[in-house]
Amino acid sequence: MRWIVSLPCGLLLFLLSLSTHASEWQLNMTEGVTSISKEVYSLHMLIFWICCAIGVVVFGVMFVSMFLHRKSRGVKSANFHESTVLEIIWTTIPFIILIAMAFPATKNLIDIYDTEDADIEILITGYQWKWRYDYPADGVSYFSNLSTPLEQIYKNAAKNQHYLLEVDNALVIPAGKKVRLLVTAADVIHSWWVPDLAVKRDAIPGFINEAWTKVDKIGTYRGQCAELCGKDHGFMPIEVKVVSQQDYELFIQEKKKLAADIAEAANQQFDFDELYRRGESVYQQHCATCHQLDGKGLGIFPAIAGSPIATGPVKEHLNRVLNGAGAMPAFGEQLSPVESAAVVTFQRNAFGNNMGELVQPIDIVEFKQGR
Amino acid sequence: MAHGPAPGIGRWLFTTNHKDIGTMYLWFSFAMFFVGGLFALVIRAELFEPGLQIVEPEFFNQMTTLHGLIMVFGAVMPAFVGLANWMLPLMIGAPDMALPRMNNWSFWILPFAFSMLIGTLFMPGGAPNFGWTFYAPLSTTYAPPSVTVFIFAVHIMGASSIMGAINIIATILNMRAPGMSMMKMPLFVWTWLITAFLLIAVMPVLAGVVTMMLMDIHFGTSFFNAAGGGDPVLFQHVFWFFGHPEVYIMILPAFGVISAIIPTFARKPLFGYSSMVYATASIAFLSFIVWAHHMFTVGMPLAGELIFMYATMLIAVPTGVKVFNWITTMWRGAMTFEAPMLFSIAFVILFTIGGFSGLMLAIAPADFQYHDTYFVVAHFHYVLVPGAIFSITAGVYYWLPKWCGKMYNETLAKTHFWIAFIGLNITFFPMHFSGLAGMPRRIPDYNPLWADWNMISSIGAFLFGAAQVLFLFIVIRTIFSGRPASDQVWESAEGLEWSVASPAPYHTFIKAPEI
Amino acid sequence: MKTQADKHIQRLSFKLALLAFLMFMFCLFVLPPLYQLFCEVTGLNGKTSNQAYIAKQDIVDHSRNITINFIAVSHNNHIWTFSAPEQSLVVHPGQITTTKFRVENTSGRWIAVQAVPSMVPINATNYFNKTECFCFNRQILAPGEQSDLGLQFIVDSELPKAIKSLTLSYTLFDISEASSKEIQAEQQHRIGLNLSRVDNLITLPNASEQNTEGNAYGR
Repeated sequence: MRWIVSLPCGLLLFLLSLSTHASEWQLNMTEGVTSISKEVYSLHMLIFWICCAIGVVVFGVMFVSMFLHRKSRGVKSANFHESTVLEIIWTTIPFIILIAMAFPATKNLIDIYDTEDADIEILITGYQWKWRYDYPADGVSYFSNLSTPLEQIYKNAAKNQHYLLEVDNALVIPAGKKVRLLVTAADVIHSWWVPDLAVKRDAIPGFINEAWTKVDKIGTYRGQCAELCGKDHGFMPIEVKVVSQQDYELFIQEKKKLAADIAEAANQQFDFDELYRRGESVYQQHCATCHQLDGKGLGIFPAIAGSPIATGPVKEHLNRVLNGAGAMPAFGEQLSPVESAAVVTFQRNAFGNNMGELVQPIDIVEFKQGR
Repeated sequence: MAHGPAPGIGRWLFTTNHKDIGTMYLWFSFAMFFVGGLFALVIRAELFEPGLQIVEPEFFNQMTTLHGLIMVFGAVMPAFVGLANWMLPLMIGAPDMALPRMNNWSFWILPFAFSMLIGTLFMPGGAPNFGWTFYAPLSTTYAPPSVTVFIFAVHIMGASSIMGAINIIATILNMRAPGMSMMKMPLFVWTWLITAFLLIAVMPVLAGVVTMMLMDIHFGTSFFNAAGGGDPVLFQHVFWFFGHPEVYIMILPAFGVISAIIPTFARKPLFGYSSMVYATASIAFLSFIVWAHHMFTVGMPLAGELIFMYATMLIAVPTGVKVFNWITTMWRGAMTFEAPMLFSIAFVILFTIGGFSGLMLAIAPADFQYHDTYFVVAHFHYVLVPGAIFSITAGVYYWLPKWCGKMYNETLAKTHFWIAFIGLNITFFPMHFSGLAGMPRRIPDYNPLWADWNMISSIGAFLFGAAQVLFLFIVIRTIFSGRPASDQVWESAEGLEWSVASPAPYHTFIKAPEI
Repeated sequence: MKTQADKHIQRLSFKLALLAFLMFMFCLFVLPPLYQLFCEVTGLNGKTSNQAYIAKQDIVDHSRNITINFIAVSHNNHIWTFSAPEQSLVVHPGQITTTKFRVENTSGRWIAVQAVPSMVPINATNYFNKTECFCFNRQILAPGEQSDLGLQFIVDSELPKAIKSLTLSYTLFDISEASSKEIQAEQQHRIGLNLSRVDNLITLPNASEQNTEGNAYGR
């Protein structure tokens, strides 16, 4: 019977030798970087060790019994089958252990719920399949998309270290400040989760949820959406950059300036090549997951190539891109006028559509104003 | 009345015989087990390494959804109903189920339900892709058109379960042989009685929640739509009000099977019979007041979180009582380790491990880190695979000689056990690690950080799948060429089912036995 | 011929089936309102009341300052801009306060929108009383129309002492599809009032047109 043991062991060793990736074999929950996450971690370890101890006792008795009380050793079975004392003992002891567990758990939970006296308030909105961050006090607002290139996902390029955990615009918060996070969603339910902060809150359309965090350590912390939200649920990561107070202020100023620039760019004119070039990159980032890189569509996601929208009246096309329809999200708020103009120009001229038209940012602004 | 089975296909289509119907339930669930397993292997193959290689995310989501639905409603539940059909009348000395014609009906609507459900794969827009928990609004406003078919299929499954449950309660309460008092019933009968009540209480709730979805989708109501004054969180409350008892529906009959097998192979009566009954009843009761522990991150007031956390922790007490009773039954017995016993012991160990992770998940603050990660996937697979699947397998090996009058091959069965046991642990144990390390569930692609654990899980899954193919082979081989089994089959098995011949005659206990 | 046992079985089965049916009805007709009621009483989901509060004589508690933050969220497919010009206000409990949200229909068609309120911390919900709110009714907007949506509220002086700030969010949903009748009535009404927007009536809302081609999910 020795092969029964040696087979799995051999298999396991073989498996271990297979794994040549530079991964860390991380086994356990992260300790995280906030006081809450550390509390959660120690609570987790406490419960874990209690379970281990119970396991050692219970399984120990069981294995001893399986060794001693086997028929092949010639034992005769006893016939006892009831003991009220025993039943009372093994009802009471677990009960006491549970009460002992409940105390630290309750304390921890109360801390998590203390959202008062925050320094900064940030609104997090989940979209299919991206996050939007609003700093209401500063009037700053932006979307945060996955930035891993499709070639890496489809294995045409080597995967980088932060594969699927990287975004174009991270959430930026200052170190050492209590940040209140308000979480909501604009379509289906999402869940905003960053393990290092021990924050996981469901984002529910029509409702607002709150959580808080205070990170002292400057750094970048990553997480993912934790509630199934459709096709690209696995592709809407979260990146939180914790920066110094000065850097934070710089960031806010930069974002404000960027918003002003976008408004200004909306009044600029671009030539065809420039629009097409910009449109291509917007397309790859926002459209290609559904309509595919080759514009041929996939299943329920219609093709752009030869589509009646992309080869029909410009107004219809703008309406579809900016206002969405059904499963097609509205991009009017997410894309700047320049980006919208560029991507519409691209779609009308790429994939053999060759409409030869170009749409300028000002057309977008005018369309949005209903003209 | 003492005639044999009808000839040809008519025997199966129109049968009202509890043994025939039990057999059909078991084969049906076995088939569904392979379909659901196939979907699981698609998932594991895609997750073998990072990157998208085999399927697209859209199809991946359909696979996770169908895997869950088929395993829960198609494999585990019908298998237990099959065991109940076969064994309950034999255990309580009844000639048949109380409502034999409804019994036929409740089986035969199942194949239709599952053909429809699997058929959605070929619909435009694909099969349901919103997870087996089908949270609104992903499953309403944002669902593919196949959701309507899904709702209809769930209604049929629910109707089947409710009819089955009514039948089981009516049988147990009315058909017991004289002298078979409630507290003399085998524990399998007790656990099924309690399960049947759970089914009648919560399957209508499932039917209700899908009806609300249907009305939201097609008739303009707003149960789950915030715009019309509804609340998507209401869906989760109602769903888990069904869903948590549902979890126990899948595990209580397993307790009964294990409580039959361990005493037989320990050659010692079950320890603490009455406390087992009370523990089962209290688990069933607690299952109604813990549902919100599935939704700790949904944003409940502090008091709500605390109440549900405490109530959930309480479940550990009666569950612990059961485990202690089984171990004490083994203590100072004279054990042998045939396949049913091996599966039962693995059940006790692995189910307890699943219980430990369950206790960890009950701790609300820690659950903020565990929730919707692979740690949860590991937890419920540890509870359901060794819990439900192993106990069903143990039951099949235990009663198969009684069903077909032939003995299975012990060496092959032990091989099956070890491959399944090792495969299961290789598949699901690493999920604890990937989950704790931060891998969310229901994602088709992931960061290389979790690559190693996923690769191991995937290899284990194929091993576990292979073990089940072996199981199928063993069962077929037994039916066709097993050596004849004695009426008693097991040296010290007790209960009325062993007092009839092997194979069990088509009609048994036409005259009630003496107790 | 029916034996006594058969009758027992029949009666029991009937009772069990009735129980199942009752559970179904309970789930469909009792649970949702029960949940709404439960939420209203406990503020479980942070949803503030959608009934106008009848202001009672309340003493203004000048010793306490409560900061109220306003958040404007647009649900998907937004064809409007929605904002809270006054992002935050400091009020005293018991004081009647008025603020407004601003919505602009940037689309070329008539739309109907519904605002859904939500508040954190959840346990403050029942102490936030709205005497007037745009969320009580659907809002109908002509193409390009800009509108200020009024909100008048009183924070109850019994607000738990630990709470120093409240956040009130409104999520604006597009309900044009379900409101074509109301939109038409509003158009008629405005013609009756002889408003200058008659030219915009050409673009009647036609939701199905928005949702037909190239969209398998459209319904």
